[in-house]
Amino acid sequence: MSATLVRTPSTARPAEPPPRIVPARRAGQWTAAALVLALLALGLVSVVRNKAFQWDVVAQYFTSASVLRGLGLTLWLTALVMALGFVLGTLLAVLRFSANPVLRAVSWGYVWFFRSTPILVQLLFWFNIGALYPQILGVSTVNLLGPVSVAVIGLTLHEAAYAAEVVRGGILSVDRGQLEAAQSLGLGRWRRLSRIVLPQAMRAIVPPAGNMLIGTLKGTSIVSVIAVQDLLYSTQLVYHRTYEVIPLLLVATLWYVAVTSVLSLGQHYVERHYARGTAGAR
Amino acid sequence: MSSVTVDPAAEAQAATTAKVEIRAVHKTFGPLHVLRGIDLDVRAGEVTVVLGPSGSGKSTLLRTINHLEKVDSGTVSVDGTLVGYRRSGNKLYELRERDILKQRTRIGFVFQNFHLFPHLTVLENIVEAPVSALKRPRKEAEAAARTLLERVGLADKAEAYPKQLSGGQQQRVAIARALALEPGLLLFDEPTSALDPELVGEVLDVIKDLAASGTTMIVVTHEIGFAREVADTVVFMDEGRIVEQGPPAEVLDSPRHERTRAFLSKVL
Repeated sequence: MSATLVRTPSTARPAEPPPRIVPARRAGQWTAAALVLALLALGLVSVVRNKAFQWDVVAQYFTSASVLRGLGLTLWLTALVMALGFVLGTLLAVLRFSANPVLRAVSWGYVWFFRSTPILVQLLFWFNIGALYPQILGVSTVNLLGPVSVAVIGLTLHEAAYAAEVVRGGILSVDRGQLEAAQSLGLGRWRRLSRIVLPQAMRAIVPPAGNMLIGTLKGTSIVSVIAVQDLLYSTQLVYHRTYEVIPLLLVATLWYVAVTSVLSLGQHYVERHYARGTAGAR
Repeated sequence: MSSVTVDPAAEAQAATTAKVEIRAVHKTFGPLHVLRGIDLDVRAGEVTVVLGPSGSGKSTLLRTINHLEKVDSGTVSVDGTLVGYRRSGNKLYELRERDILKQRTRIGFVFQNFHLFPHLTVLENIVEAPVSALKRPRKEAEAAARTLLERVGLADKAEAYPKQLSGGQQQRVAIARALALEPGLLLFDEPTSALDPELVGEVLDVIKDLAASGTTMIVVTHEIGFAREVADTVVFMDEGRIVEQGPPAEVLDSPRHERTRAFLSKVL
Protein backbone atom coordinates (compact mmCIF):
# COMPACT_ATOMS: atom_id res chain seq x y z
CA MET A 1 0.00 0.00 0.00
CA SER A 2 1.20 3.42 -0.77
CA ALA A 3 0.92 6.68 1.04
CA THR A 4 -1.77 7.94 -1.29
CA LEU A 5 -4.40 6.07 0.72
CA VAL A 6 -3.45 7.72 3.94
CA ARG A 7 -4.63 11.26 3.94
CA THR A 8 -3.32 13.49 6.63
CA PRO A 9 -6.04 15.53 8.28
CA SER A 10 -6.50 18.68 6.33
CA THR A 11 -4.26 21.24 7.86
CA ALA A 12 -4.01 24.08 5.48
CA ARG A 13 -6.66 23.24 2.88
CA PRO A 14 -9.07 26.06 2.08
CA ALA A 15 -12.63 25.44 3.41
CA GLU A 16 -14.42 23.69 0.54
CA PRO A 17 -18.21 24.30 0.37
CA PRO A 18 -20.24 21.10 0.96
CA PRO A 19 -21.22 19.39 -2.34
CA ARG A 20 -24.56 20.38 -3.79
CA ILE A 21 -27.19 17.66 -4.32
CA VAL A 22 -28.62 17.50 -7.85
CA PRO A 23 -31.95 15.57 -8.06
CA ALA A 24 -32.22 12.94 -10.81
CA ARG A 25 -33.98 14.17 -13.96
CA ARG A 26 -37.40 12.61 -14.40
CA ALA A 27 -38.35 13.38 -17.97
CA GLY A 28 -41.19 10.81 -17.92
CA GLN A 29 -42.85 12.56 -14.99
CA TRP A 30 -43.11 15.86 -16.88
CA THR A 31 -44.44 14.18 -20.00
CA ALA A 32 -47.10 12.28 -18.07
CA ALA A 33 -48.21 15.42 -16.23
CA ALA A 34 -48.44 17.40 -19.47
CA LEU A 35 -50.43 14.64 -21.14
CA VAL A 36 -52.95 14.37 -18.27
CA LEU A 37 -53.38 18.15 -18.08
CA ALA A 38 -53.96 18.32 -21.82
CA LEU A 39 -56.65 15.63 -21.61
CA LEU A 40 -58.32 17.44 -18.72
CA ALA A 41 -58.30 20.70 -20.66
CA LEU A 42 -59.84 18.99 -23.68
CA GLY A 43 -62.60 17.55 -21.50
CA LEU A 44 -63.27 20.93 -19.90
CA VAL A 45 -63.45 22.70 -23.26
CA SER A 46 -65.92 20.16 -24.58
CA VAL A 47 -68.10 20.56 -21.48
CA VAL A 48 -68.12 24.32 -21.82
CA ARG A 49 -68.68 24.39 -25.58
CA ASN A 50 -71.24 21.58 -25.83
CA LYS A 51 -74.55 23.45 -26.00
CA ALA A 52 -76.44 20.37 -24.81
CA PHE A 53 -75.22 21.00 -21.25
CA GLN A 54 -77.36 24.14 -21.32
CA TRP A 55 -75.37 26.03 -18.70
CA ASP A 56 -77.77 28.96 -18.93
CA VAL A 57 -80.57 26.66 -17.72
CA VAL A 58 -78.33 25.37 -14.93
CA ALA A 59 -77.70 28.94 -13.81
CA GLN A 60 -81.40 29.75 -14.02
CA TYR A 61 -82.47 26.92 -11.70
CA PHE A 62 -79.38 26.67 -9.46
CA THR A 63 -80.80 29.08 -6.90
CA SER A 64 -84.49 28.82 -7.75
CA ALA A 65 -86.85 28.70 -4.78
CA SER A 66 -88.00 25.12 -5.34
CA VAL A 67 -84.44 23.76 -5.70
CA LEU A 68 -83.35 25.62 -2.55
CA ARG A 69 -86.37 24.21 -0.69
CA GLY A 70 -85.34 20.74 -1.84
CA LEU A 71 -81.75 21.37 -0.76
CA GLY A 72 -83.04 22.51 2.64
CA LEU A 73 -85.01 19.31 3.07
CA THR A 74 -82.04 17.19 2.04
CA LEU A 75 -79.84 18.98 4.58
CA TRP A 76 -82.15 18.72 7.57
CA LEU A 77 -83.17 15.17 6.70
CA THR A 78 -79.48 14.19 6.58
CA ALA A 79 -78.75 15.92 9.88
CA LEU A 80 -81.76 14.41 11.64
CA VAL A 81 -81.21 10.88 10.31
CA MET A 82 -77.52 11.03 11.17
CA ALA A 83 -78.18 12.33 14.71
CA LEU A 84 -80.99 9.89 15.50
CA GLY A 85 -79.11 7.06 13.78
CA PHE A 86 -76.02 7.59 15.90
CA VAL A 87 -77.98 7.92 19.15
CA LEU A 88 -79.73 4.62 18.44
CA GLY A 89 -76.52 3.12 17.03
CA THR A 90 -74.49 4.03 20.13
CA LEU A 91 -77.17 2.45 22.31
CA LEU A 92 -77.05 -0.72 20.19
CA ALA A 93 -73.24 -0.80 20.34
CA VAL A 94 -73.27 -0.48 24.13
CA LEU A 95 -75.86 -3.26 24.35
CA ARG A 96 -73.48 -5.48 22.37
CA PHE A 97 -71.05 -5.22 25.33
CA SER A 98 -73.76 -5.90 27.92
CA ALA A 99 -73.37 -8.73 30.41
CA ASN A 100 -76.96 -9.69 29.59
CA PRO A 101 -76.99 -12.28 26.75
CA VAL A 102 -80.54 -11.34 25.68
CA LEU A 103 -79.61 -7.70 25.19
CA ARG A 104 -76.48 -8.72 23.30
CA ALA A 105 -78.52 -10.96 21.02
CA VAL A 106 -81.14 -8.28 20.38
CA SER A 107 -78.44 -5.81 19.41
CA TRP A 108 -76.82 -8.32 17.07
CA GLY A 109 -80.21 -9.26 15.59
CA TYR A 110 -81.10 -5.64 14.90
CA VAL A 111 -77.89 -5.03 12.98
CA TRP A 112 -78.29 -8.31 11.11
CA PHE A 113 -81.86 -7.54 10.07
CA PHE A 114 -81.50 -3.91 9.02
CA ARG A 115 -78.28 -4.53 7.12
CA SER A 116 -79.74 -7.51 5.31
CA THR A 117 -82.37 -5.66 3.29
CA PRO A 118 -81.89 -2.84 0.76
CA ILE A 119 -82.85 0.57 2.05
CA LEU A 120 -85.18 0.98 -0.95
CA VAL A 121 -87.15 -2.10 0.14
CA GLN A 122 -87.27 -0.89 3.74
CA LEU A 123 -88.49 2.52 2.66
CA LEU A 124 -91.28 1.07 0.47
CA PHE A 125 -92.21 -1.24 3.32
CA TRP A 126 -92.60 1.64 5.79
CA PHE A 127 -94.48 3.60 3.14
CA ASN A 128 -97.02 0.78 3.01
CA ILE A 129 -97.13 0.07 6.74
CA GLY A 130 -100.77 1.19 6.69
CA ALA A 131 -101.63 -2.11 4.99
CA LEU A 132 -100.40 -4.00 8.08
CA TYR A 133 -101.59 -1.61 10.74
CA PRO A 134 -104.40 0.57 9.37
CA GLN A 135 -104.67 2.35 12.71
CA ILE A 136 -102.09 3.25 15.35
CA LEU A 137 -103.47 4.38 18.72
CA GLY A 138 -106.82 5.06 17.12
CA VAL A 139 -105.40 7.33 14.42
CA SER A 140 -105.35 6.33 10.78
CA THR A 141 -101.78 5.30 9.92
CA VAL A 142 -101.84 7.09 6.58
CA ASN A 143 -102.65 10.38 8.30
CA LEU A 144 -100.15 9.78 11.10
CA LEU A 145 -97.20 8.86 8.90
CA GLY A 146 -96.78 11.13 5.90
CA PRO A 147 -94.01 10.54 3.37
CA VAL A 148 -91.54 12.73 5.30
CA SER A 149 -92.11 10.84 8.57
CA VAL A 150 -91.72 7.57 6.72
CA ALA A 151 -88.45 8.85 5.23
CA VAL A 152 -87.11 9.81 8.67
CA ILE A 153 -88.11 6.50 10.26
CA GLY A 154 -86.91 4.31 7.42
CA LEU A 155 -83.56 6.03 6.96
CA THR A 156 -82.89 6.28 10.71
CA LEU A 157 -83.48 2.59 11.43
CA HIS A 158 -81.21 1.66 8.54
CA GLU A 159 -78.57 4.20 9.55
CA ALA A 160 -78.57 2.98 13.15
CA ALA A 161 -77.50 -0.52 12.11
CA TYR A 162 -74.40 0.86 10.40
CA ALA A 163 -73.74 3.42 13.14
CA ALA A 164 -73.85 0.60 15.72
CA GLU A 165 -71.01 -1.20 13.96
CA VAL A 166 -68.98 1.99 13.61
CA VAL A 167 -69.36 2.81 17.30
CA ARG A 168 -68.66 -0.80 18.30
CA GLY A 169 -65.44 -0.72 16.28
CA GLY A 170 -64.49 2.50 18.05
CA ILE A 171 -65.10 1.02 21.49
CA LEU A 172 -63.08 -2.08 20.58
CA SER A 173 -60.17 0.13 19.54
CA VAL A 174 -59.79 1.46 23.11
CA ASP A 175 -57.18 -0.40 25.16
CA ARG A 176 -58.76 -2.68 27.78
CA GLY A 177 -56.40 -1.26 30.38
CA GLN A 178 -58.24 2.05 30.16
CA LEU A 179 -61.41 0.39 31.41
CA GLU A 180 -59.54 -1.40 34.20
CA ALA A 181 -57.90 1.84 35.28
CA ALA A 182 -61.30 3.54 35.38
CA GLN A 183 -62.77 0.63 37.36
CA SER A 184 -59.92 0.63 39.84
CA LEU A 185 -60.54 4.35 40.40
CA GLY A 186 -64.16 3.61 41.27
CA LEU A 187 -65.70 5.38 38.26
CA GLY A 188 -69.31 4.40 37.61
CA ARG A 189 -70.48 2.65 34.47
CA TRP A 190 -71.89 5.74 32.76
CA ARG A 191 -68.86 7.84 33.67
CA ARG A 192 -66.48 5.18 32.32
CA LEU A 193 -68.34 5.18 29.03
CA SER A 194 -68.86 8.92 28.61
CA ARG A 195 -65.60 10.23 30.00
CA ILE A 196 -63.02 7.51 29.32
CA VAL A 197 -64.08 5.08 26.59
CA LEU A 198 -66.19 7.05 24.09
CA PRO A 199 -63.88 10.09 23.82
CA GLN A 200 -61.02 7.72 22.96
CA ALA A 201 -63.25 5.69 20.67
CA MET A 202 -64.05 8.89 18.73
CA ARG A 203 -60.68 8.78 17.00
CA ALA A 204 -61.69 5.50 15.38
CA ILE A 205 -65.34 6.55 14.94
CA VAL A 206 -64.92 9.88 13.15
CA PRO A 207 -63.44 8.76 9.80
CA PRO A 208 -66.10 6.08 9.08
CA ALA A 209 -68.79 8.38 10.51
CA GLY A 210 -67.68 11.09 8.09
CA ASN A 211 -67.96 8.53 5.35
CA MET A 212 -71.47 7.66 6.53
CA LEU A 213 -72.51 11.31 6.72
CA ILE A 214 -71.52 11.90 3.11
CA GLY A 215 -73.12 8.61 2.10
CA THR A 216 -76.32 9.59 3.90
CA LEU A 217 -76.40 13.03 2.28
CA LYS A 218 -76.41 11.41 -1.14
CA GLY A 219 -78.44 8.41 0.06
CA THR A 220 -81.36 10.61 1.08
CA SER A 221 -82.02 11.06 -2.66
CA ILE A 222 -83.71 7.67 -2.46
CA VAL A 223 -86.70 9.31 -0.75
CA SER A 224 -87.66 10.71 -4.17
CA VAL A 225 -89.32 7.31 -4.77
CA ILE A 226 -91.89 8.07 -2.08
CA ALA A 227 -92.42 11.60 -3.42
CA VAL A 228 -90.57 13.47 -0.69
CA GLN A 229 -89.37 16.73 -2.21
CA ASP A 230 -85.66 16.58 -1.53
CA LEU A 231 -82.95 18.11 -3.72
CA LEU A 232 -83.14 15.42 -6.41
CA TYR A 233 -86.95 15.20 -6.49
CA SER A 234 -87.37 18.97 -6.72
CA THR A 235 -85.16 19.03 -9.83
CA GLN A 236 -87.05 16.04 -11.24
CA LEU A 237 -90.31 17.90 -10.78
CA VAL A 238 -88.91 20.67 -12.98
CA TYR A 239 -87.59 18.46 -15.77
CA HIS A 240 -90.77 16.40 -15.88
CA ARG A 241 -92.39 19.68 -16.85
CA THR A 242 -89.68 21.22 -19.07
CA TYR A 243 -87.79 18.16 -20.35
CA GLU A 244 -84.48 19.90 -19.51
CA VAL A 245 -83.21 16.70 -17.92
CA ILE A 246 -79.45 17.17 -18.17
CA PRO A 247 -79.15 20.75 -16.87
CA LEU A 248 -81.42 19.98 -13.92
CA LEU A 249 -79.48 16.85 -12.99
CA LEU A 250 -76.41 19.09 -13.16
CA VAL A 251 -78.04 21.46 -10.68
CA ALA A 252 -78.52 18.58 -8.25
CA THR A 253 -75.00 17.26 -8.89
CA LEU A 254 -73.33 20.60 -8.26
CA TRP A 255 -75.22 21.07 -5.00
CA TYR A 256 -74.29 17.57 -3.78
CA VAL A 257 -70.63 18.24 -4.63
CA ALA A 258 -70.70 21.60 -2.86
CA VAL A 259 -72.23 20.27 0.36
CA THR A 260 -69.97 17.19 0.38
CA SER A 261 -66.91 19.42 0.03
CA VAL A 262 -67.95 21.47 3.05
CA LEU A 263 -68.55 18.28 5.07
CA SER A 264 -65.14 16.85 4.15
CA LEU A 265 -63.50 20.02 5.38
CA GLY A 266 -65.49 19.83 8.62
CA GLN A 267 -64.37 16.23 9.15
CA HIS A 268 -60.75 17.34 9.00
CA TYR A 269 -61.27 19.71 11.92
CA VAL A 270 -63.27 17.21 13.97
CA GLU A 271 -60.50 14.63 13.53
CA ARG A 272 -57.93 17.13 14.67
CA HIS A 273 -59.96 17.81 17.80
CA TYR A 274 -60.15 14.15 18.82
CA ALA A 275 -56.45 13.57 18.11
CA ARG A 276 -55.48 15.73 21.09
CA GLY A 277 -53.16 14.07 23.57
CA THR A 278 -51.70 11.77 20.93
CA ALA A 279 -48.11 11.92 19.79
CA GLY A 280 -47.55 14.56 17.15
CA ALA A 281 -50.76 16.45 17.90
CA ARG A 282 -50.75 19.95 19.37
CA MET B 1 -73.72 17.08 42.05
CA SER B 2 -74.79 17.27 45.67
CA SER B 3 -72.27 18.58 48.14
CA VAL B 4 -71.13 15.80 50.42
CA THR B 5 -69.40 16.95 53.56
CA VAL B 6 -66.57 14.71 54.59
CA ASP B 7 -65.69 14.27 58.24
CA PRO B 8 -61.98 15.16 58.29
CA ALA B 9 -61.23 12.83 61.21
CA ALA B 10 -62.77 9.81 59.53
CA GLU B 11 -61.04 10.82 56.34
CA ALA B 12 -57.64 10.94 58.01
CA GLN B 13 -58.21 7.52 59.51
CA ALA B 14 -59.19 6.02 56.19
CA ALA B 15 -56.21 7.70 54.62
CA THR B 16 -53.68 6.16 56.97
CA THR B 17 -53.69 2.42 56.78
CA ALA B 18 -55.64 -0.75 56.21
CA LYS B 19 -54.77 -4.36 56.91
CA VAL B 20 -55.30 -7.10 54.36
CA GLU B 21 -56.32 -10.69 55.02
CA ILE B 22 -56.34 -13.26 52.24
CA ARG B 23 -57.75 -16.71 53.00
CA ALA B 24 -57.59 -19.86 50.86
CA VAL B 25 -57.91 -18.01 47.57
CA HIS B 26 -58.18 -20.09 44.41
CA LYS B 27 -58.41 -18.81 40.86
CA THR B 28 -58.44 -20.58 37.52
CA PHE B 29 -58.35 -19.27 33.98
CA GLY B 30 -59.85 -22.12 31.98
CA PRO B 31 -57.56 -25.12 32.52
CA LEU B 32 -54.93 -22.94 34.20
CA HIS B 33 -54.92 -23.07 38.01
CA VAL B 34 -53.31 -19.70 38.69
CA LEU B 35 -53.83 -19.36 42.44
CA ARG B 36 -53.78 -22.59 44.44
CA GLY B 37 -54.82 -21.66 47.94
CA ILE B 38 -53.25 -18.38 48.98
CA ASP B 39 -53.18 -17.29 52.62
CA LEU B 40 -51.58 -13.96 53.36
CA ASP B 41 -51.77 -11.37 56.10
CA VAL B 42 -50.54 -7.85 55.64
CA ARG B 43 -50.49 -5.74 58.76
CA ALA B 44 -51.62 -2.14 58.62
CA GLY B 45 -48.87 0.26 57.63
CA GLU B 46 -46.55 -2.46 56.39
CA VAL B 47 -44.88 -2.84 53.02
CA THR B 48 -45.11 -6.29 51.48
CA VAL B 49 -43.09 -7.11 48.38
CA VAL B 50 -44.20 -10.07 46.30
CA LEU B 51 -41.50 -11.78 44.24
CA GLY B 52 -41.69 -14.73 41.92
CA PRO B 53 -41.16 -15.87 38.33
CA SER B 54 -43.61 -14.77 35.64
CA GLY B 55 -46.72 -16.91 35.66
CA SER B 56 -46.43 -17.55 39.39
CA GLY B 57 -49.73 -15.75 40.00
CA LYS B 58 -48.41 -12.60 41.70
CA SER B 59 -50.25 -10.14 39.49
CA THR B 60 -53.47 -12.16 39.62
CA LEU B 61 -53.27 -12.20 43.41
CA LEU B 62 -52.84 -8.43 43.45
CA ARG B 63 -55.82 -8.00 41.13
CA THR B 64 -58.07 -10.11 43.36
CA ILE B 65 -57.44 -7.65 46.20
CA ASN B 66 -59.42 -4.88 44.47
CA HIS B 67 -61.76 -7.33 42.72
CA LEU B 68 -60.45 -6.63 39.23
CA GLU B 69 -60.24 -10.42 39.20
CA LYS B 70 -62.99 -12.45 40.88
CA VAL B 71 -61.79 -15.32 43.04
CA ASP B 72 -63.18 -18.83 42.46
CA SER B 73 -63.12 -19.56 46.18
CA GLY B 74 -61.68 -18.06 49.32
CA THR B 75 -61.95 -14.56 50.68
CA VAL B 76 -60.08 -11.29 50.53
CA SER B 77 -60.75 -8.63 53.11
CA VAL B 78 -59.36 -5.15 53.48
CA ASP B 79 -59.56 -3.58 56.90
CA GLY B 80 -61.92 -6.29 58.07
CA THR B 81 -64.41 -5.82 55.18
CA LEU B 82 -64.83 -8.52 52.55
CA VAL B 83 -63.92 -7.29 49.07
CA GLY B 84 -66.60 -7.88 46.43
CA TYR B 85 -68.91 -9.97 48.61
CA ARG B 86 -71.25 -9.82 51.55
CA ARG B 87 -71.27 -12.78 53.90
CA SER B 88 -74.52 -14.16 55.24
CA GLY B 89 -74.35 -17.47 57.05
CA ASN B 90 -72.15 -19.73 54.99
CA LYS B 91 -72.80 -17.93 51.73
CA LEU B 92 -70.99 -15.13 49.94
CA TYR B 93 -73.26 -12.84 47.96
CA GLU B 94 -71.58 -10.84 45.25
CA LEU B 95 -72.02 -7.11 45.81
CA ARG B 96 -73.65 -4.80 43.31
CA GLU B 97 -71.22 -2.98 41.08
CA ARG B 98 -71.89 0.32 42.82
CA ASP B 99 -70.72 -1.09 46.16
CA ILE B 100 -67.66 -2.70 44.63
CA LEU B 101 -66.71 0.63 43.04
CA LYS B 102 -67.03 2.26 46.43
CA GLN B 103 -64.68 -0.31 47.95
CA ARG B 104 -62.18 0.34 45.18
CA THR B 105 -61.98 4.02 46.03
CA ARG B 106 -60.20 2.97 49.25
CA ILE B 107 -57.65 0.89 47.35
CA GLY B 108 -55.12 2.55 45.05
CA PHE B 109 -53.89 0.48 42.10
CA VAL B 110 -50.82 1.27 40.00
CA PHE B 111 -50.50 -0.65 36.72
CA GLN B 112 -47.40 -1.87 34.93
CA ASN B 113 -48.34 0.09 31.81
CA PHE B 114 -49.59 3.17 33.73
CA HIS B 115 -52.96 3.24 31.92
CA LEU B 116 -53.18 7.01 32.16
CA PHE B 117 -56.10 8.46 30.21
CA PRO B 118 -54.33 9.77 27.07
CA HIS B 119 -57.04 12.29 26.10
CA LEU B 120 -56.96 14.04 29.48
CA THR B 121 -54.24 16.30 30.85
CA VAL B 122 -52.17 15.21 33.85
CA LEU B 123 -54.32 17.32 36.16
CA GLU B 124 -57.58 15.98 34.67
CA ASN B 125 -56.28 12.42 35.09
CA ILE B 126 -55.70 12.97 38.80
CA VAL B 127 -58.87 14.94 39.47
CA GLU B 128 -61.22 12.53 37.67
CA ALA B 129 -61.76 10.00 40.47
CA PRO B 130 -62.04 12.42 43.42
CA VAL B 131 -64.57 14.52 41.50
CA SER B 132 -66.71 11.80 39.93
CA ALA B 133 -66.38 8.93 42.42
CA LEU B 134 -66.00 10.83 45.71
CA LYS B 135 -68.02 13.92 44.64
CA ARG B 136 -65.34 16.33 45.79
CA PRO B 137 -65.66 19.93 44.58
CA ARG B 138 -63.44 20.36 41.52
CA LYS B 139 -61.53 23.33 42.96
CA GLU B 140 -60.62 21.40 46.07
CA ALA B 141 -59.63 18.31 44.09
CA GLU B 142 -57.44 20.37 41.78
CA ALA B 143 -55.61 21.96 44.70
CA ALA B 144 -55.04 18.50 46.19
CA ALA B 145 -53.87 17.21 42.80
CA ARG B 146 -51.29 19.98 42.50
CA THR B 147 -49.96 19.13 45.95
CA LEU B 148 -49.68 15.48 44.89
CA LEU B 149 -47.86 16.46 41.70
CA GLU B 150 -45.40 18.41 43.79
CA ARG B 151 -44.90 15.35 45.94
CA VAL B 152 -43.98 13.19 42.93
CA GLY B 153 -41.81 15.98 41.52
CA LEU B 154 -43.99 16.96 38.57
CA ALA B 155 -45.53 20.24 39.66
CA ASP B 156 -44.79 21.82 36.28
CA LYS B 157 -46.50 19.07 34.24
CA ALA B 158 -50.12 19.63 35.32
CA GLU B 159 -51.27 20.83 31.89
CA ALA B 160 -49.26 18.28 29.86
CA TYR B 161 -50.80 15.26 28.14
CA PRO B 162 -49.46 11.83 29.19
CA LYS B 163 -47.83 11.15 25.80
CA GLN B 164 -45.67 14.24 26.28
CA LEU B 165 -44.05 12.71 29.37
CA SER B 166 -41.35 10.07 29.77
CA GLY B 167 -42.33 6.62 31.04
CA GLY B 168 -41.00 7.39 34.51
CA GLN B 169 -42.96 10.64 34.64
CA GLN B 170 -46.12 8.87 33.45
CA GLN B 171 -45.82 6.28 36.19
CA ARG B 172 -45.32 9.02 38.79
CA VAL B 173 -48.52 10.67 37.52
CA ALA B 174 -50.28 7.30 37.79
CA ILE B 175 -49.11 7.04 41.40
CA ALA B 176 -50.40 10.55 42.10
CA ARG B 177 -53.72 9.55 40.49
CA ALA B 178 -54.00 6.54 42.81
CA LEU B 179 -53.11 8.71 45.82
CA ALA B 180 -55.80 11.26 44.98
CA LEU B 181 -58.40 8.91 46.48
CA GLU B 182 -56.42 8.93 49.75
CA PRO B 183 -56.49 5.13 49.85
CA GLY B 184 -55.61 3.14 52.94
CA LEU B 185 -54.00 0.51 50.77
CA LEU B 186 -51.79 0.84 47.70
CA LEU B 187 -51.25 -1.98 45.22
CA PHE B 188 -48.38 -1.82 42.71
CA ASP B 189 -48.35 -4.28 39.81
CA GLU B 190 -44.76 -4.35 38.51
CA PRO B 191 -44.60 -0.55 38.51
CA THR B 192 -41.16 -0.35 36.91
CA SER B 193 -41.23 -3.27 34.48
CA ALA B 194 -42.30 -1.17 31.49
CA LEU B 195 -39.65 1.49 32.07
CA ASP B 196 -36.25 2.15 30.51
CA PRO B 197 -33.60 1.11 33.06
CA GLU B 198 -32.48 4.69 33.64
CA LEU B 199 -36.04 5.72 34.64
CA VAL B 200 -36.62 2.97 37.22
CA GLY B 201 -34.87 4.87 40.01
CA GLU B 202 -37.13 7.93 39.97
CA VAL B 203 -40.28 5.78 40.31
CA LEU B 204 -38.80 3.60 43.06
CA ASP B 205 -37.80 6.76 44.94
CA VAL B 206 -41.42 7.94 44.93
CA ILE B 207 -42.62 4.54 46.17
CA LYS B 208 -39.97 4.55 48.92
CA ASP B 209 -41.23 7.94 50.07
CA LEU B 210 -44.75 6.56 50.26
CA ALA B 211 -43.55 3.52 52.21
CA ALA B 212 -42.03 5.83 54.78
CA SER B 213 -45.34 7.68 55.14
CA GLY B 214 -46.99 4.58 56.63
CA THR B 215 -49.56 3.58 54.00
CA THR B 216 -50.09 -0.17 53.67
CA MET B 217 -48.52 -1.27 50.40
CA ILE B 218 -48.29 -4.48 48.42
CA VAL B 219 -45.73 -4.30 45.63
CA VAL B 220 -45.29 -6.94 42.94
CA THR B 221 -41.85 -6.39 41.46
CA HIS B 222 -38.60 -7.87 40.21
CA GLU B 223 -36.48 -5.24 41.94
CA ILE B 224 -34.70 -7.24 44.65
CA GLY B 225 -32.70 -4.24 45.86
CA PHE B 226 -35.93 -2.32 46.40
CA ALA B 227 -37.40 -5.26 48.32
CA ARG B 228 -34.38 -5.45 50.58
CA GLU B 229 -34.46 -1.74 51.30
CA VAL B 230 -38.17 -1.07 51.73
CA ALA B 231 -40.07 -4.27 52.50
CA ASP B 232 -41.22 -5.27 55.95
CA THR B 233 -42.17 -8.65 54.53
CA VAL B 234 -41.03 -10.40 51.37
CA VAL B 235 -43.33 -13.02 49.89
CA PHE B 236 -42.00 -15.49 47.34
CA MET B 237 -44.57 -17.13 45.05
CA ASP B 238 -44.26 -19.97 42.60
CA GLU B 239 -46.89 -21.90 40.63
CA GLY B 240 -49.81 -20.27 42.38
CA ARG B 241 -48.57 -20.86 45.92
CA ILE B 242 -46.69 -18.84 48.49
CA VAL B 243 -43.42 -20.73 48.91
CA GLU B 244 -42.09 -18.68 51.78
CA GLN B 245 -42.41 -15.32 53.44
CA GLY B 246 -40.62 -13.33 56.09
CA PRO B 247 -38.39 -10.32 56.66
CA PRO B 248 -36.18 -9.48 53.67
CA ALA B 249 -33.00 -10.49 55.48
CA GLU B 250 -34.43 -13.97 55.97
CA VAL B 251 -36.06 -14.61 52.59
CA LEU B 252 -33.47 -12.87 50.46
CA ASP B 253 -30.27 -13.77 52.28
CA SER B 254 -30.97 -17.18 53.75
CA PRO B 255 -33.99 -18.63 51.96
CA ARG B 256 -35.20 -21.92 53.37
CA HIS B 257 -36.62 -23.32 50.14
CA GLU B 258 -34.65 -24.61 47.22
CA ARG B 259 -37.09 -22.94 44.79
CA THR B 260 -36.51 -19.52 46.35
CA ARG B 261 -32.75 -20.02 46.26
CA ALA B 262 -32.88 -21.01 42.59
CA PHE B 263 -34.98 -17.95 41.69
CA LEU B 264 -32.80 -15.51 43.64
CA SER B 265 -29.59 -16.91 42.19
CA LYS B 266 -30.93 -16.05 38.73
CA VAL B 267 -32.18 -12.53 39.39
CA LEU B 268 -29.47 -11.29 41.73
